[in-house]
Amino acid sequence: MRLSVVFSAGSEMVHSSHRLALLGTLALGAALMGCRQKSSAPANSIVVGEFASLTGKEATFGQSSNEGLILGIEEANATGGALGKQIHLVVEDDGSTNGEAITIVKKLISRDHVVAVLGEIASGRSLEAAPICQEEKIPMISPGSTNPAVTQKGDYIFRVCFIDPFQGTAMAKFAHDQLHLNRVAVLSSATAPYSAGLAHYFEERFRADGGEIPIEEKYNDGDKDFRAELTAIKAANVQGIFVPGYYSEVGLICAQARELGITAPLMGGDGWESPIMLQLAGAAADNCYYSTHYSPQNTAPNVQSFVKRFQKRWNGETPDAMAALGYDCAGVFVDALKRAGSTDPQALRDAIAATKNYPGVTGVTTIGPDRNAVKPAVIIELEHGESHFLQTVAP
Amino acid sequence: MIEFLQQLLNGISLGAIYALLAIGYTLVYGVLRFINFAHADVFMAGAFIGWYGGQFMPSNSIGSGLAVMGMAMVGTALLGMAIERFAYRPLRSAPTLNVLITAIGVSLLLEYSGQKFFGAAPRHFPPLFPRRDFNVGHLTVSSDQLLVIGVTAVLIVLLQTIIYRTRIGTAMRAVSLNPRAASLVGVNNNRIISFTFALGSALAGAGGILYASNYPAIDPLMGVMPGLKAFVAAVLGGIGSIPGAALGGLVLGIVETFVGGSSLSSGKDAFAFAILIVILLFRPSGLLGRMNVEKV
Repeated sequence: MRLSVVFSAGSEMVHSSHRLALLGTLALGAALMGCRQKSSAPANSIVVGEFASLTGKEATFGQSSNEGLILGIEEANATGGALGKQIHLVVEDDGSTNGEAITIVKKLISRDHVVAVLGEIASGRSLEAAPICQEEKIPMISPGSTNPAVTQKGDYIFRVCFIDPFQGTAMAKFAHDQLHLNRVAVLSSATAPYSAGLAHYFEERFRADGGEIPIEEKYNDGDKDFRAELTAIKAANVQGIFVPGYYSEVGLICAQARELGITAPLMGGDGWESPIMLQLAGAAADNCYYSTHYSPQNTAPNVQSFVKRFQKRWNGETPDAMAALGYDCAGVFVDALKRAGSTDPQALRDAIAATKNYPGVTGVTTIGPDRNAVKPAVIIELEHGESHFLQTVAP
Repeated sequence: MIEFLQQLLNGISLGAIYALLAIGYTLVYGVLRFINFAHADVFMAGAFIGWYGGQFMPSNSIGSGLAVMGMAMVGTALLGMAIERFAYRPLRSAPTLNVLITAIGVSLLLEYSGQKFFGAAPRHFPPLFPRRDFNVGHLTVSSDQLLVIGVTAVLIVLLQTIIYRTRIGTAMRAVSLNPRAASLVGVNNNRIISFTFALGSALAGAGGILYASNYPAIDPLMGVMPGLKAFVAAVLGGIGSIPGAALGGLVLGIVETFVGGSSLSSGKDAFAFAILIVILLFRPSGLLGRMNVEKV
């Protein structure tokens, strides 16, 4: 919008002298692109690339998964790396901006010559990067993108998490069987493929179980005001609301729903997994439930040991689901690299595809024929500003 | 009917914030004839000043809420004056296009230095004002919504008084009408322009606090979308006209809310901008704007 204002006014102003200057700039740009920047990786190491939302709207996702990944790579390096070499992680930030992923993944592949690309949590940006990795035949492993379309982009694209049909179905079953709800509204984001996917599979299962979805509303990522949608939902008289969005919006949605007098439970998926969610919603998050990949309250010994090592590395921070997925993403990659015996993309791809019963902290991970991980989900209940591990749902 | 009234109320409180911001665009356009794109980021700065101020103040009291709002208004007024002094004044005799591009530059500078200093993750804005929900029949009215509407109304009346009842307001109108003639009769143009920026930015600061108390997630890019909408509101109402900006803000807020509550909810932004196009087709100078031919 802004730019169009400038350019439409500007086109009248480009005189011949300006044109010359413009040509000069273009020539300079071409010259600069000609000289290749040297990669900063130390010699004789295996370079792997990560792209993550370290800043911006979904920053806590990127930061958490990045911390998990770094811990995973560091631990692998401490025990001798892989193939007799150290692994060097190149991290790029996409600023939670759609479109940016394409640029930085191209950069990782052509400039840094990475052997594999690890990343994104947000499905939208994984969907942007996947075709590029597929075309260049560089294996890509997403730690946490749950939209089914991601791995359908090609046989070089993998993920270490479950997918939306499972997550949406699990929440629909939970709403119907455990919370005994029959009339539920769906409020999803129109701009996030993740949200649309979850909403779709939730609705499919909930209707199949005999439930009713009288109203369906949509918002755009970045919206702050949801009173309009929530007022319409309140008028529809529902027993619960399924809000499969990301935490920055869902936190505000919870607060505004309670403010409008909606007491029904709100439910969602792993997009809620952030400390900011509870900060934004506060007491409004009481009586809310979401499905996710892992809980630090899980008493399994490998999980508790991971929590301790993570806290030691990252100033006492407790790893959330995205951190655990990042850690498992690094683990699956290193494991496959060792089995592949070389950094040849084809061999590496085959080794990742052959991953079986890898003992991850987010559950035992097997890569299925469609390159998705088959693993359980957990359901978390929010109450008094805290999250509680409620139950595990098997695949 | 209840739903209709509730949506109307939601729309008015959203529109009131757009109105506050739109007035800032209109004020600057009035004296300098360019769109100050950095305005939306001054709004963001107001919210962040409020966030830091809120750390030292007891929450949930009207006194501290107003004190923080005052602090944000003074802070953003100074920021607005600084932007004018260092970015726009050196370009006073340059073509408007240069100033416009500089404004976009300042806007990006503020947004990304904000990301550098405040971090990009959304922060929770502390509850400054005490909150209560009133139930009138089935209608829920929150004190935040009343506050937004009340403060906006008071500030608009105050602004109209300054512009039409004071000497400095007369000078502002003179500069707006003809800067050269104004300086010939002894008006210090630089001082008036500086004052206009202070005034507009203070309104943005107040808007930032109100917006953040209503939607308590603030981040350095929070101004972008409301800023764009407020710009639309200003053009919709007739750029350069203060009542027009207020009306434009309300119209936009109400339309957005009604579309948002319907089955077309995902298209609410598209509707807001479509209205702009339709109104400009039939009334090119906006709802309350005066028709005049611009010399290019």
